This record gives sequence, C-alpha cells and structure tokens, in this order.
Amino acid sequence: MTIVQIIEGPLWYIAAAVFVIGALWRIIGILRLGRRTDLSVPRSAAFPGAVKALFRHMLPHYGFFNRTKLHVFAGYLFHIGLFVVLFFAAPHVAFLKEHVLGFGWEAMPHWAFIVSAQAAFAGLILLWFRRIADPTMRQISDADDHIGSWLTFIAMLTGCLALQESNASLRALHMLTVEIWLIYFPFSRLMHAFTFVLSRGYTGIVYGRRGVTP
Amino acid sequence: MTAAKAVQAFVDTVDAAAASYMEACVHCGQCARACHFYETNDDPRLTPIYKLQPLVKAYKRHKAPFSGLRRMLGLVPAEVTEDELNEWSDLVYDTCNMCGRCTLVCPMGIDIAAMVRKVREGFVAAGIVPEGLTGAADRAINIGSPLGIKPETLRKIVNEQVEEVGIPVELDKEGADYLVILSAMEILNFYEVIGALARIFKQAGVSWTISTEAYEATNIGIQMGDKEIARTLVGRIVDAAEKLKVKYVISPECGHAYSALKWEGPNLVGRPYSFKVVHILELLDQLQREGRIRTRGKDARRVTYHDPCQIVRRGGLVSQPRSILNSVSDGFVEMKNAGVANICCGGGGGVSSNPRAEDYRIRAFASKKKQIDDLQGVEALVTSCANCRNVIEEAIDAYGMDLPVLGLTELLAEYLEPDGGGEPAKPAEA
Ligand code: HEM
Ligand code: HEM
Ligand code: HEM
Ligand code: SF4
Ligand code: SF4
Repeated sequence: MTIVQIIEGPLWYIAAAVFVIGALWRIIGILRLGRRTDLSVPRSAAFPGAVKALFRHMLPHYGFFNRTKLHVFAGYLFHIGLFVVLFFAAPHVAFLKEHVLGFGWEAMPHWAFIVSAQAAFAGLILLWFRRIADPTMRQISDADDHIGSWLTFIAMLTGCLALQESNASLRALHMLTVEIWLIYFPFSRLMHAFTFVLSRGYTGIVYGRRGVTP
Repeated sequence: MTAAKAVQAFVDTVDAAAASYMEACVHCGQCARACHFYETNDDPRLTPIYKLQPLVKAYKRHKAPFSGLRRMLGLVPAEVTEDELNEWSDLVYDTCNMCGRCTLVCPMGIDIAAMVRKVREGFVAAGIVPEGLTGAADRAINIGSPLGIKPETLRKIVNEQVEEVGIPVELDKEGADYLVILSAMEILNFYEVIGALARIFKQAGVSWTISTEAYEATNIGIQMGDKEIARTLVGRIVDAAEKLKVKYVISPECGHAYSALKWEGPNLVGRPYSFKVVHILELLDQLQREGRIRTRGKDARRVTYHDPCQIVRRGGLVSQPRSILNSVSDGFVEMKNAGVANICCGGGGGVSSNPRAEDYRIRAFASKKKQIDDLQGVEALVTSCANCRNVIEEAIDAYGMDLPVLGLTELLAEYLEPDGGGEPAKPAEA
C-alpha cells in the first residue's frame, strides 16, 4: 500500500473512529457527573430557559456591543467561513455524500467557495494575532489553544493547495492534515463545537428557573 | 496537606454543569470585558475565567474525561500547591462579587459566579479565607449576626421604631402570615425600614412578625463558600418560620440574602420548605397591584435605580422595583445597561466584609460611577439592598460625590396615603 492509499484508506477510518468515539466519550464523561435536583421553587420553567440561553449567547448582551465588536466580527468571520466551506464546498459535499452520509446537497459555486475560504482565513488569523498580541489573551491561553488554531489553519491551507483537484499527493496531504485534526479534536478545546450546548444549557436552566435569561 | 484538602474539595464540588463550563471555555477573553474589577485595574490576572485556575487545574488532573490517559502520558496540569492558592486568594475573594455579569458576554454562557463559589469551597477546606470573612462567620454563628447584633439589640431597635411610627410590632407572633427577616446592615444602619414596613403592612392589612431567634437574613456561609455555615444559617430561619407556622418568609432588601434563602436554601437543608419565600419587592409590587397600598404624591427629584445583582440578574426581579419606583417618583431615569446587565456596586459576594479588599472595592466603583455620571446629574440614587447602599455611600464619600442613597421600601412608605396611626405623607416636592 502506498502512503497515499494508507491516508485515503485505513487512516481515514481510524481518524473518523477516534473522532466519533472520543467526542462521545468526552460528552458522556461530562454528563455522567450528574447534577443534584434543585429543590428550590422555580419562578418559571427551566427548559425554555435552556433553549433561550442556547441562542442568547450567540451574541454578547447588547450593552457590550462596543467593547466586543472586533472580536465578535473576527469570530463570526472565521466560523461562518469555515462552516460554509466545510459543508457547501463542492469537494466536501461530494466527500460527505460518498463516504459519510450517503446523500448530498447542492454545492455552492466555486467563487463562493473561495470567498468563504478567504473569510475563514482572515478571521482565524485575526483571532490568533489577538491571542498572541493582547496581554490578557496571553494570560489565559495555553498550548492547546495554539495547537487547535494551527491544526485548523494547516487543514485549511492544505485544502487550498488541493483546490486544483489534480495532484494526488496534495489531495492526500489535505486528507492527512484533516485526519490529524480529527484525532486531535476530541482531546482538545476544539470540542467547544459540541460542549457549548452543555454549558449554555446548564446556565439556561439555572437562570430559566429564576425567570431571567440574561 | 492544606493544598490537598483544597484539591479534594475542588474535585468533589464539580458536577456536570461545572465540568461542562470548564470543558467549553474557548479562552476568548470576552468575560474580561464585563468585569468591573478588570476594567478598573488594568491587570490581566483579573480576567474572570483566570480566577478559576486552581479549580480548573484540579479538575483536569483528577476528574476530567481522559484524565487517566493523560496522566499516563504526563499531559495533565501539575498538582495545585499551597503557594498557588495563596497567590489566587485575592482573585477569588477580593476581586469577584459573584455578580454574574461576565456570563452575559461569554459565548459559551459560562456561569463564572457559580464557579467562583466552588473555588471558594476549596479555599474554605484549606482554611485560606480572608480574616474579615471568618470573623463575620464567627459572629454569625455565635451571636446570630455577622455584625454582632444580639436579640436584645434587635428588640431595642424595633421598639424605637414602634415609638417612631406609632404602630405596634408583635415579635415572635405564632400564626402570622409573614415572617420578616432583616439584614444586619438594616438593623444597624437603616433601621427606618422597620418603621416603613410597619406602616405599609398596616395599610395593606398584612399580618406579620419578626422572630428573635432568626432575624438575620444575610448568609456569610454563602459568601465565603462554607456550606456548613450556610446550612446552619438557613436552618435557623427555616426552624423559626416553621415554629411560628408562617405561610411566607419575606426576604429583605438585601441581594445575597435572597439567593441564599430562595435559591440555595432548600438545597442546603435538603428538603423543600413548608413556607414560601417572597422578596419584599415582589410583595410590595403584588400589594400595589391588588390596590392594597395607596400612595399620594410623587417625589420630583431626578433619581436613578441601582439594581442589586443578586436581585435582578441572579434573582429575576426586574420589573417589580421599577413599577414601585415609578409609583412614587416623577423623575426616574435609567442608567445605561440597567436591569440584567447592571454593574455591581463592588461590595457583593463578601467583598464588603473583607477589609483587605477595600482598595479594589473603591476602585471598582469607578465603573458604577461612570454609569451614574453618564446620566448627567441625578439628585438621588435608589436601591433595594442595604449592603449595596452601605457600599455605595462609602464609595460616594471616597470619590467626594454628593448623592443621597435611598432605600426603595422607605421611599414608598414616605408617600403612603395617611390612614390613622401613620405619619401624614409628605407632599410632593415642587
Ligand atoms: C468544526 C467546528 C469548529 C472549529 C474547527 C472551530 C475552531 C475554532 C478555533 C480554532 C478557535 C480558536 C480561535 C482563536 O485562536 O482564538 C475557535 C474559537 C471559538 N469558537 Fe469555534 N470552532 C468550531 C465550531 C464552533 C461552534 C459550533 C461554536 C459555537 C457555537 C464555536 C464558538 C467559538 C467561540 C465562541 C470561539 C472563541 C471566540 C473567538 O476566539 O472568536 N465554534 N473555534
Ligand atoms: C487569507 C486570505 C486569502 C485566501 C485564503 C486566498 C485564497 C485564494 C485562492 C484559493 C485563490 C485561487 C482561486 C482560484 O484558483 O480560482 C485566490 C486568488 C486570488 N486572490 Fe486570494 N486569497 C486570500 C487573500 C487575498 C488577498 C488579501 C488578495 C488581494 C489583496 C487576494 C487576491 C487574489 C487574486 C487577485 C486572485 C486571483 C488570481 C486568479 O484570478 O487566478 N487574495 N485567492
Ligand atoms: C479553506 C479551507 C479548505 C479548503 C479550501 C478545502 C478544500 C478541499 C478540496 C479542494 C478538497 C478536494 C480534494 C479532492 O478530493 O480532490 C477537499 C477535500 C476534503 N476536505 Fe477540505 N478544504 C478546506 C478545509 C477543510 C477542513 C477544515 C476540513 C476538516 C476539518 C476538510 C475536510 C476535507 C475532507 C474530509 C476532504 C475529502 C478528502 C478527499 O476526498 O480526498 N477540509 N477539501
Ligand atoms: S462575577 Fe462579576 S465580579 Fe466576578 S468575575 Fe464575573 S463580572 Fe467580575
Ligand atoms: S468569555 Fe467564556 S469562553 Fe471566553 S474566556 Fe471567558 S469564560 Fe471562557
């Protein structure tokens, strides 16, 4: 088997398995710790509070708009760009259809692919510069933050290299970085893509019972 | 050894909610934008999430998913040391009001205030607690009040108020509908609230009493993170209320007392109460809506309202104080970010009982001061927490400002329609 074949064959399955099992394990590991039932008398129901909080924290409270706008802008630029590339770029749609889901959807045109890839790069670079430039960000950052950002960056970069869709080894390189990214994901802060549901939800439960969802 | 106790407490206190907070944080630093201590100190250490570091380290080392695997690979954080705990003490006790404002901007919705409480539990286990707080706790446990108010003192102050307003107050009355508890600061500094309640309740026809066994609403155990003390103090109120067979306990104009009794109390004593807990603002608002409180005239001054964090953001009482205030004021203006996003006075979460934190507290008030200054001239500040009131008065002195601070209940009582017994209401100022 050639390296390319390994990357496109067994390694892919291993990476996918680590990703799925690891992420599930981590989420179950958190939920398993449980929570004592709250005996206080609620002012209003907990569940709607949880749902509200899930959406509410998509944006900071409006009173903070001025203090947070740059960060929120870069954050959304990166995440929306990445999301669109991941799920609507033609090669990704094709891959998801063939290898993961068994069904596909309309892919976006090539120019939109490029624009959203640029948005994702610009956003991620801004976020990362902020992380290394701002003393507060340096204070709270650890290796995981940087590794996560860099792995994502490299996966995106090799994706751009693979754009020509002609050179097998460049395609395999993208595939390889994506596999490393998938294996790193469940053990890292990249898990925030899933755990945000839990943290927002729990806070929503607490506040929902109190009748406010700030 | 000391550190080991803290670590054990940290590990024990982490439930699924706390774990999900620590797992979800993306180290984005947004929370710093909301914290008045960060804003007024220019010190990256004061970033809210950073205040949790000892707890996060202990969790990652001992309890997080994959921590076993990581330990084998040497990928867990080092054990928390005593030096580290001492180093974090000012972050945990002096520069967090557990006000919950940081949660408003956190993209992950992390309840940092609740987490700081958990960190404090570890500090209590290790015995690393500022003296101001342990002293207050001793007085609360041994004397019955963090400010050392004895039952005799309470009797004396209630009697003075009875004479002042000419309405009898029956202490320890069995079968009353409502049990009023007070905060130490009210009994010592703002005792007029007792007369104000007597007059309001007389007009509204409310049957009420004060217990000489449990008159203290504040709960230093909640503030310092000591569950045992918190349980004992809540237990006193529960026992007194059940002994007097009241239907309701009225939580006074005090922020954390409401959280302690209403939201945490049943979980501390381990069972639901046989009575209901109602906040004084909720009750006054309800009585007003039922037409049982009648006021005459309105205060013409330009006033604003300071929302105590534990009542508004962490208590859910947003509209009630506003409708009460509007009923007696013609000149009520809101601060920017009033309501759930309001800035703490700087004294919440035990900071005001902690002399070591005084500089931080006064500096933090600059954020509040800015909110007030932005209104370009208010003649009085109304609030509904005796602790906020005291902290704000001290800070106003420190900043050389000239601004009277009023309690909402007393303001309402000033404008009651006269009905025998009570003083005639003051006419509205022109
Ligand atoms: C596959 C999906 C995702 C990937 C690869 C990803 C990747 C990243 C990376 C690398 C960062 C760090 C940027 C930095 O250097 O500061 C980050 C930050 C962040 N992510 Fe994600 N993320 C994903 C999904 C999500 C989702 C679903 C949410 C929320 C609902 C989310 C919310 C955030 C937030 C709030 C931040 C921090 C804010 C910031 O620095 O802008 N992410 N993400
Ligand atoms: C982070 C950011 C960027 C990314 C990820 C990016 C990516 C790309 C990619 C993948 C292409 C090739 C399009 C294709 O093959 O059809 C491209 C083309 C191009 N990019 Fe960028 N780019 C970025 C920033 C920029 C910037 C800042 C400029 C200009 C100031 C720029 C100017 C161009 C131009 C002029 C082309 C057209 C080349 C052609 O038509 O063949 N790009 N970019
Ligand atoms: C700017 C970002 C990205 C660009 C421009 C990009 C581009 C591409 C291209 C052109 C292909 C087709 C390769 C081929 O089969 O001919 C591809 C495949 C793929 N990409 Fe991306 N990609 C990007 C980011 C990502 C990220 C972040 C992930 C995952 C985390 C990812 C996952 C995959 C996967 C699984 C395939 C299928 C591999 C294959 O069929 O060979 N891509 N990508
Ligand atoms: S709870 Fe309040 S005081 Fe504490 S860190 Fe958050 S914003 Fe700052
Ligand atoms: S705002 Fe929330 S996610 Fe961001 S660093 Fe603070 S606690 Fe973590």
